[in-house]
Amino acid sequence: MIPYLFATVMLLIGLYAIVARRNLIKIVIGVAITEYAINLFLILLGYRTKGVPPILGKGMDLKEFASSSVDPLPQALTVTSIVIGLGVMALLVALVLRLYEKYGTLDESEMKRLKG
Amino acid sequence: MEVLLYTLLGFMVIGCIIAVEIKDLLSAVVSVGIVGICLSVIFLFLGAPDIAIVQVVVETLCLIILLRATVQRDDTTIYKYIESFAVATILIFFGVFMVLAYRAFEDLPPFGHPLMTVSQEYLKEGLTMTRAVNFVTSVLLDFRAYDTLGEATVLFVSILGALAVLRRRGRR
Repeated sequence: MIPYLFATVMLLIGLYAIVARRNLIKIVIGVAITEYAINLFLILLGYRTKGVPPILGKGMDLKEFASSSVDPLPQALTVTSIVIGLGVMALLVALVLRLYEKYGTLDESEMKRLKG
Repeated sequence: MEVLLYTLLGFMVIGCIIAVEIKDLLSAVVSVGIVGICLSVIFLFLGAPDIAIVQVVVETLCLIILLRATVQRDDTTIYKYIESFAVATILIFFGVFMVLAYRAFEDLPPFGHPLMTVSQEYLKEGLTMTRAVNFVTSVLLDFRAYDTLGEATVLFVSILGALAVLRRRGRR
């Protein structure tokens, strides 16, 4: 229960950075922190106390392994999520760089010329 | 083990707060890098070595991309913060969110006892069906291969989007 609350606090810190900060880099950082929190939460959900990694070693019994391994399904989905997070980050930073070229500032409250 | 996990989690939360609150953008980016590497260590402790490797690689790339956006900007902007009423409203809603999340977490299976209904089948049948010893890869590339195909599609589309946004030629 307590590790879940840590992940929730991280999620809220990231959301706070997205909502309350005016600097675009800070907003990108908030998106990154939110992603970390979600990935951490998914892995925490699949953890088994004193569990072994889901890799079958030499000479391990399959029945015993199936009852002592951590959950492989959230791990597989989290790999997907992490890689997609990289793509999102690249796209966001590209947009930030283009906005900086156009407006000369990273402050989003200065960007008022919304035309064309 | 538990103490180490909680120490790392607390360290991560402190790193997040520093990354959000500090004025210097380069320091903020470095703090995010620290949080990501810390997350990778936590994945190692939680029995997920594959994710830890992926996280280290992706974190390094993220750090390089963010540094590209941060370094060599003449950062003369005075950061006006939003007014305190808005901050108070945000904090109140976050408190409500925390309470609701706590109520929801009570219905989840407790930490350390996962609900493995689908994964039990994967763990029992995976070796005979896919001949893969690593069950994460057997799920990723065999049982749920379409997810991975979609992931590759999303990655390439996002890179295409970044290239389209950043291109120099072809503008009018």
